[in-house]
Amino acid sequence: MIAELGLAVLWMAAALAVLQLVAGILALRPEGRQVAGLVRPVAVMQGVLVAGALVALITLFLTTDLSVKLVAENSHSMKPFIFKLAGTWGNHEGSMLLWVAIMAVAGGFVALVEKRLPENTLIATLAGQAFVSLGFYAFLLLASNPFQRLPEPAPEGAGLNPLLQDIGLAFHPPTLYVGYVGLSIAFSFAVGALVTRDVGPAFARAMRPWVLGAWIFLTLGITAGSYWAYYTLGWGGWWFWDPVENASLMPWLAATALLHSCSVLASRNALKAWTVMLGVIAFSMSMVGTFLVRSGILTSVHAFAVDPERGSFILALLAIYIGGALTLFALRASTVTEGARFSFVSREAALVFNNVMLCGILGIVLVGTLYPLLTEAMGVKVSVGPPYFNPVSAVFAIPMMLVMGVGPLLRWRQDSFEGKGAGRITLPVGVCALLSAAVLLGVELLAPQIKLLPALGLAIAAGLAPASFLPLRGRNLRRTPLATWGMVFGHFGIAVALFGMASESAFSTERLAAMRPGDVQQVGPYAVKLEGIGPVAGPNWTALEGTVSASYAGAAPSILRPQARTFSNPPGNRTESALKTRWNGQLYAVLGEEGDDGRWQMRFWWKPFVPMIWYGGALIALGGLLALLGRVAADVRRLVATGKIAYRRERQGR
Amino acid sequence: MSAIKAKHQRLVLLVIALVALVGAGLLAAWALKNQAAYFYVPSDLAANPPEQGRAVRLGGMVERGSIHKAADGVTVNFIVGDGKARVPVRFTGITPDLFVEGSGVVAEGRMEGQTFVADNLLAKHDEKYVPREMKDMTAGQAKQVVAETK
Repeated sequence: MIAELGLAVLWMAAALAVLQLVAGILALRPEGRQVAGLVRPVAVMQGVLVAGALVALITLFLTTDLSVKLVAENSHSMKPFIFKLAGTWGNHEGSMLLWVAIMAVAGGFVALVEKRLPENTLIATLAGQAFVSLGFYAFLLLASNPFQRLPEPAPEGAGLNPLLQDIGLAFHPPTLYVGYVGLSIAFSFAVGALVTRDVGPAFARAMRPWVLGAWIFLTLGITAGSYWAYYTLGWGGWWFWDPVENASLMPWLAATALLHSCSVLASRNALKAWTVMLGVIAFSMSMVGTFLVRSGILTSVHAFAVDPERGSFILALLAIYIGGALTLFALRASTVTEGARFSFVSREAALVFNNVMLCGILGIVLVGTLYPLLTEAMGVKVSVGPPYFNPVSAVFAIPMMLVMGVGPLLRWRQDSFEGKGAGRITLPVGVCALLSAAVLLGVELLAPQIKLLPALGLAIAAGLAPASFLPLRGRNLRRTPLATWGMVFGHFGIAVALFGMASESAFSTERLAAMRPGDVQQVGPYAVKLEGIGPVAGPNWTALEGTVSASYAGAAPSILRPQARTFSNPPGNRTESALKTRWNGQLYAVLGEEGDDGRWQMRFWWKPFVPMIWYGGALIALGGLLALLGRVAADVRRLVATGKIAYRRERQGR
Repeated sequence: MSAIKAKHQRLVLLVIALVALVGAGLLAAWALKNQAAYFYVPSDLAANPPEQGRAVRLGGMVERGSIHKAADGVTVNFIVGDGKARVPVRFTGITPDLFVEGSGVVAEGRMEGQTFVADNLLAKHDEKYVPREMKDMTAGQAKQVVAETK
């Protein structure tokens, strides 16, 4: 019953999306004025209906209704509650429903609260949103119906891939999806603005909170995904340049660029066409990512279904939306007027530099990700990994981070490093640059074995961390706008994450050994002793658990318990690494297999300051949140003020 | 502040963006040529060996009876074959759970002398997670390859 209800509700929502699109198009014509009032309520209703469909699917998973094909194939009655819940989107159909649900809810939310845009642009935006949604409704209803029943209920479910049975599944995919799909709002805004030829500061101010919101979730999703991969794969790495990771990084890079160009458009009415273009690119990257992940042309733990038909479907959607938006852009870009001018030393110029560098990195990642697919089409199998991505993206990332230290200090329109600018900009930035140079020199002299990229990373982080606080210099901290605090925290977060990455790469030590119980190994500052190995059992797994006592520089030991887990439904194995986090780093322990002679393979890493990578990510997201709060608060104040003025005028008029 | 100047600025921005884009493209193409790791099966490796030390990937079947653990307990030596040629592989580390004799494997590493030294092993994980290069081999083909390799 619930399954049929869910499907019916989904069809109704799709029908409403058609109505939203048609009414939106009609309302933009002078003769269709009377349907304009329809668009907003329909968008809200559509969001409510799809949310209902998602709730229906979640209910089916929570009650393990085995007459539903999706549940039977992906769930199991004995699975812990949290994985029954998260298992809803731990498969292809469920994750696409989550995608559509977030998209519709976000559209409904825009319809409900967005009051700053001219009504016409908003209607065009909602029509664009409906148009994008329709493609995904078609995909969901025609090619991946999550509510399909089985002719006979299955006696028991097949269970969830052990690699996915982790608390990370509850947070990582939904967060990332909110980010991906949130960018569809930016896309629709861009399309709406192109249709009504209304690209200006008001458009940028209206779009900015949505971009910020999507960007915060993307940042959190990527950070969480990186940590999940770090502790669950047992390889000790935190980023593998896996195509699926790249698929999440590319929209983030585009959204970061969009965020910065939005602020130029909002404050200075410049970079108009460019901002619209980035709005189109950002969501296009989300869709390219979905295509890569969902089409099955890549194999990874993220690719649930290998179904070429679905791949072609998404490819067609991709062609229609990206191609359509770019065509619209090409037709309308010339009607977007030139923006305000600025000099080469100005805030705008620094932000343009940031945008170009981010797009450079985006291009590098995109080419590296697609290259194996291209060569495979020509019969040559290659893989592209860190030896390509690390140095080549650094070519763009390093100049960007250098300019990041100066850009926020520059004034809009025109500025100078001499005269008044000397004390405000040149001197403090010079001090930070000296700090960087000193660190680089120190690393080269004291530890010449450290490779160039980590050394540069340490140096830049050392200079960028203090430089990111320079915009607060000489300000009354209480009266500093929240958005400025957001920028400071975001940039500081980049420095912190960079420090973590460089430190991990420069100072990690690894110890791989076959140990008998009682053996001791030295890993960096830690002395680790294998105390014993014993069996343990969980709700749906059994495991061999090693007991390791680790003593930091002679201090009292703490106990780590790495496991090798064996799952029964479906059968599978997973290593469960054990971590000991200190303020200055992390000890990482993995249990391998038993040798013929009774020794156990153990792998340890001491990774100095590695948690900084994820703390940095969290700081970046926090910066985004502060900026979002600041912008929204300012908008609300402005709305209240204009409301009051209108009210007074009305009273005085009478 | 004239309109012409504004148009001029737009042109300059466009040119900068294009130069950066083309630059990124050229850089990417050059780096890919040097850094992409080509995929080899043992017979390719025998016929057309990559230069020593260059990062490549080797895929094939782990020959039955060929896995030997070294005295240090963490280094394994085994032979990867594809029915036509055989390559000795050395790997130091914890092998993946499904790394067993007679099953498929993709090794990332480089040739050192006549031995392939692997940094990383990707084993067939389960029915849904197969190293990309091995997905063309069906279970039947794999068995056949293994039978031929014996």
